[in-house]
Amino acid sequence: MLAAIGVDSVEELFAQIPESLRLGRPLSLPDGMSETEVFERLAGLAAGNEDAERQVCFLGAGMYDHYVPAIVDAITQRSEFLTPYTPYQPEISQGGLQAMFEFQTAMSELTGLPVSNAGLYEGPSSVASAAYLAMAATKCKRFVVSRGLHPHSRETLETYSVGYGAEVVEVGLSGGETDAAALAAAVDSETAAVFLQSPNFLGAIERVEELGAAAKEQGALLIVACDPMTLGVLKPPGEQGADIALGEGQPLGNRLDFGGPSFGFFCATEEQIRRMPGRIAGETDDVDGRRGFVLALQTREQHIRREKATHNICTAQALNALGAMIHLAWLGREGFRELGELLVRRTAYARQSLAAVDGVELLHEAPVAREFAIRLDAPVDRVLDRCAERGIAAGYPLGREYPEFEDGLLVAITERRTKAQIDQLADVLGAAIAECGDFFPDAGEQSAIAQEAR
Amino acid sequence: MALTQTPMQAEHARTIYEKSKPGRRAAVLPEAEVPETPLAELIPAELLRDEPPRLPEIAEPEIVRHYNRLSRRNFDLDSGFYPLGSCTMKHNPRLNERVAALPGHARLHPAQDPKRAQGALELMWLLQESLAEICGLPHVSLQPSAGSHGELAGLLLTRAYHADRGEERIKVLAPDTSHGTNPASVTMAGFEVVKVATNDRGGVEMDDLRAKIDEDPGQVACLMLTNPNTLGLFDENIAEIAALIHAAGGTLYYDGANLNAVMGQSRPGDMGFDIVHVNLHKSFSQPHGGGGPGAGPIAVSERIEPFLPRPQVVRRENNGHGSIYDLDHERPKSIGRLRGFQGNFGVFVRSYAYILSLGGDGLAEASETAVLNANYLKARLAEGRAGGRLPVAFDRHCMHEFVLSGKPMKKELGLATLDLAKRLLDFGFHPPTVYFPLLVEEALMIEPTETETKESLDGFAAAIEAILHEAEGDPEVAKQAPYTTPVRRLDEVKATRRPVVRQPL
Repeated sequence: MLAAIGVDSVEELFAQIPESLRLGRPLSLPDGMSETEVFERLAGLAAGNEDAERQVCFLGAGMYDHYVPAIVDAITQRSEFLTPYTPYQPEISQGGLQAMFEFQTAMSELTGLPVSNAGLYEGPSSVASAAYLAMAATKCKRFVVSRGLHPHSRETLETYSVGYGAEVVEVGLSGGETDAAALAAAVDSETAAVFLQSPNFLGAIERVEELGAAAKEQGALLIVACDPMTLGVLKPPGEQGADIALGEGQPLGNRLDFGGPSFGFFCATEEQIRRMPGRIAGETDDVDGRRGFVLALQTREQHIRREKATHNICTAQALNALGAMIHLAWLGREGFRELGELLVRRTAYARQSLAAVDGVELLHEAPVAREFAIRLDAPVDRVLDRCAERGIAAGYPLGREYPEFEDGLLVAITERRTKAQIDQLADVLGAAIAECGDFFPDAGEQSAIAQEAR
Repeated sequence: MALTQTPMQAEHARTIYEKSKPGRRAAVLPEAEVPETPLAELIPAELLRDEPPRLPEIAEPEIVRHYNRLSRRNFDLDSGFYPLGSCTMKHNPRLNERVAALPGHARLHPAQDPKRAQGALELMWLLQESLAEICGLPHVSLQPSAGSHGELAGLLLTRAYHADRGEERIKVLAPDTSHGTNPASVTMAGFEVVKVATNDRGGVEMDDLRAKIDEDPGQVACLMLTNPNTLGLFDENIAEIAALIHAAGGTLYYDGANLNAVMGQSRPGDMGFDIVHVNLHKSFSQPHGGGGPGAGPIAVSERIEPFLPRPQVVRRENNGHGSIYDLDHERPKSIGRLRGFQGNFGVFVRSYAYILSLGGDGLAEASETAVLNANYLKARLAEGRAGGRLPVAFDRHCMHEFVLSGKPMKKELGLATLDLAKRLLDFGFHPPTVYFPLLVEEALMIEPTETETKESLDGFAAAIEAILHEAEGDPEVAKQAPYTTPVRRLDEVKATRRPVVRQPL
């Protein structure tokens, strides 16, 4: 090979790098390892984690311990789906393109909006992408955001808005739901979009249509983040006036993976199709008249439009969206509805059971679907530690992101959480609160910590 | 219709919705075990949907058949040579899939208390350290989800860095050969793109760079550069470029899409870059998945570190009992979050497994082989018909990829680069990246990666030779290609003029 190139060594090929910029030493990394050793090393690291197989997991907050059916893995691990690049050559990418088209159809059905893209990175950054679209659509740079929107989404929107040169205005909650009067007061004619989430971060199902009226009056877009797993039973955002429905797709066909990779979904009205971010598969014909699929509307995209693109996204999460499509096909129309009903009923049972525990009260009474918030009469972190020692991840502590709910805990239910596990949670939580309650609430805390340390 | 067609072409594409029959299903769900209260008693009726979404109704064997059939309508890296330039289509070791699927990784909740996720945080910390060493920069954030997300992060970091110094700079310089994501990211981050010309060696035109800086040095926020660039050439003037940008007060951003050329050979940090993104789905073997998932960690210099996204994985001493790992949310100057939770952890597992497998020497050898393969294929394509019809755009040794121009082919044979690409499909190859970079007419950008054997490179060169030979006889053959693929050339204009983006039900 060197002779064909006309050099004596590979080193000569690197001569184009100035000598002073050559590393000139081996990388300071461990030597390579055999497959067996790498497996053992990674298995050793994995063993340092308390995953949902070792703990009963009531954690949610946007990602949920659903059962991913076996066929999802079997199909997404096929080389033909796992290893191609983005389908730039449609003649040899019909499998992936058709799967995108089917996925778009499913997400359109779920959200009640006519247009879906083929997926974005994940939930919170999809919120920020919708804001970019809203600026282009309205020529305004002001976003009104419910405090019920996932804290990660709000923070991501803040991060991006610095680049957008946009302002973010937050509207508070009342009784677990977005404060309608405060929202109406916050929306003005300079508002590009109103952002809601339903069920919101505290689990409450929002009255999207009523809340959205303010956006409609002022010509702002109504953007609704939603949990796809609830859309078998809950009214879809598209039927409640949403211009854009989006969210974290993980509950559909994707494992927890400590937070990713999953995917974001993004659906909109017809009016917005040419402003959409991300890939969109479209139907067309080949020269012989055969039905086929291509990446449609590529003139929106960075590889064609460069600085005038509707978004910068290139590699997204195609394989994760495929996993979602297979999961949805496996559940089917009836199974998807049944799963939604199962979540609502088990959640109602869990909420009622926990509310009956000494030292627990509901944080709000608003209707919920699959997650609910409670308040504990004991320091949340300690209670969670005690529960963890008994093999239960009892929920997500609200204090960091909602200082007003320092005593708050968010509890999530999936079809994997059995009645027996919910009963166990009630028992363990009650016992943990009883053990930790003495330390609560105030001055005793510091001295108690000091005592424990001794 | 064509007179003859392959069995796959004869099979009309039907979506899974068109295979649906009412009452069929796959899933059997667990019993509710709790009271079957009517839903309207739990949730106000006006918040419930009237009809479930029209998902397909289909049994499991048919679902499996449907997607297996679809899969056969894809070409993939495991089936053949995939020399897509700037995409680094290297082998995806299956070990990586196995370790990512371990329950300790796959079923770990992202909100798990850090003290009960020590293995995951340690893995992230180790990956951060590894990427810092490879990039020659001291600090890493794993949060960005892909390369373009890393670019946006880098530009927001640049903005925060300047703002912290009380400056607002609006110009971002980028060569005319840059990836499309670069200018798109610049706009999203609120900057203006200033294009810099390319010189006759394929590098940055220094006079143009100086002129663009001198227009108003105080407005230069950043220079975004890929090195080796999208022509596959290392910019020999990089040290001077860095000095000019730094003297103007700007930051230097490295688009890591081409990092596969220089692992263990030369480091962006040593070249003077402040911010680098790394495509774990390119150089570090995360499968591309037909368009993701990937991950785009960023490595940064000391002066950029205070602004890194929240949360950051940190290691702390544990009172003499080894180390503990944690998520640091208290970063007052941070640009904030770019996404939910901690990033694409499953990708981190695969890439760390890859780094462990190869080791420091192995990574350096991978880059050597990638560069050797690219130069060998370039040499092969300089022979015979390709040498005349498809000259290399810049005639010098390349790094991991190179760019040919199809201009003579088009002029002499009437064959566009697109035609050559489509005819390659009939020969069982994925075509190179075409019509990029924009400054090369009828461009073909070829990146073979270290994965390929000499035989597969020879096979590709022979296919190009055969297609050119064929076109000398009858160019119409290639102009109508492909013939053997599941569908033939598709009407992309129709799909954009009157988009049909979902199945009507």
